[in-house]
Amino acid sequence: MSGTEAVTATRRAIDTLALLLVMLAIWEVLHRIAGETALPAPIETLSYLIRTVPTPRFAENAAATAEAFVFALILAYGMGLAIGIWMGAHRLSGAVGEPILVVLYSLPKITLYPVVLLIFGLGISGKVAFGAMHGVLPVALLTMGAIRAIPPVYLRAARTLHLSPWQIIVTVLLPAALPEVFTGLRIGFTVTLLGVLLGEMFASKAGLGAMVMNAMSLAQSQEMVTVAIVLFAFAAIANALLFRIEHRLHRRVRD
Amino acid sequence: MTRVGLIRLVVIAALIGALELACRTGLIDHRVVIAPSEMASALMALLASGSINADIERTLGVIAVVIALSIALGFAAGVIIHALPRLREALDPFFATYYAVPVFIFYPVLIAIFGLSPIPIVLIGVATAIVAMIIATLNGLDRVPRVLIKVARVHRLGRLATALTLQLPAAAPYLFTGIKLSVSYGFIAVIAAEFILSPAGLGRDISDAYTDFNNRRMYALILFLLIIATVVNAGLHALDMRFAERRGGART
Repeated sequence: MSGTEAVTATRRAIDTLALLLVMLAIWEVLHRIAGETALPAPIETLSYLIRTVPTPRFAENAAATAEAFVFALILAYGMGLAIGIWMGAHRLSGAVGEPILVVLYSLPKITLYPVVLLIFGLGISGKVAFGAMHGVLPVALLTMGAIRAIPPVYLRAARTLHLSPWQIIVTVLLPAALPEVFTGLRIGFTVTLLGVLLGEMFASKAGLGAMVMNAMSLAQSQEMVTVAIVLFAFAAIANALLFRIEHRLHRRVRD
Repeated sequence: MTRVGLIRLVVIAALIGALELACRTGLIDHRVVIAPSEMASALMALLASGSINADIERTLGVIAVVIALSIALGFAAGVIIHALPRLREALDPFFATYYAVPVFIFYPVLIAIFGLSPIPIVLIGVATAIVAMIIATLNGLDRVPRVLIKVARVHRLGRLATALTLQLPAAAPYLFTGIKLSVSYGFIAVIAAEFILSPAGLGRDISDAYTDFNNRRMYALILFLLIIATVVNAGLHALDMRFAERRGGART
């Protein structure tokens, strides 16, 4: 049984690899059509990537992005969980607040970027605020949904045991809601990264987003594509890891 | 109005009122945020002057094209990929990570290729919005109950008749989710692209007003975009509710 599973897994990996090669081929063809300045050749860009990533200049920008991202993530998770738990546990607040959160979630928050800049200025706080603003809503909405879906009998049991509100949150609500909450955290992770990068693209002198904009104004397409690939790889790997944890949590609850 | 709706209205009114008060009393500097009433009056004046009509037309037009292309092509791609399980398995990891990656990071590359025109904006918009539609189409086709296909076979329906009368309605709720997502991704991508670099459009207008310290104009434009996005989303939500009601009604 596991033998055939391994065979399908290898086949799938080979298919995905083949698809990657097809994409590289398309890239090469586009390069031939668009020309060197617009879209550099894949091989040259990859060698540029290997040369550029270890340089201090790249490391500094990556560190700037990472710093802003960590702060934004802490804010988004903290506020999102707080709002989600509150609105999930308190029925009236949830009923009043949910549509407001949904509307805010679907708004193109990018429009508010100038406002964030005016309030927080050009430095790291603007990036952090913009990232947190994006991440807080999915975390809050999914946490709220998860807490609402907890069977009421758990809460009744908690009340019979005279648990304090804090104990109820830590020992009953969070463990029962963990898989769903984690889905929110995973989505919040990617959306926050998106917000931070957007912030860097519009108004920042440091960070990977700023590097892309800088490369664009100097028409350095190799650098542009290099940063894009690094970000792509980071987001893809992080997402795959979080996805795997989430999967395991869901399975544990079902068993 | 229900009690909950009333409370919600009061909460929103209180928030706007608090902002108004904070701006009027100088607690919030008018160079940072202007009073909501001022935003509204500035928007009225701007709309009455007609000076932004061309930009409204351009931006909303591009968004409409992006959404239409994403939905049509995304649906078609979803149907094709669903029919090819091996391709789908190979694509799965890409779909799973697609929205984890800031796709618009490739917008500058597209500008380098196509120049400053609406084409790169449309392309980056479609690239952002289409995948949501593809994923929704795949989900929808997955959830078509097998029994429906059997029913079709019993009734000797052709491929097309099966698709139109059974598969499409059964997948409809998922398709609608894809449409909603495509709409919101379309808005975000187009406005983001206009912010980054664009010869015209509302996003460009806002960024110009910001650099000119023209807060009245900037807040008026922001308010306009937020109202449009909210109206569109609310409309889609209402449609969704009506569909859900009808489905619920049909079942009982």
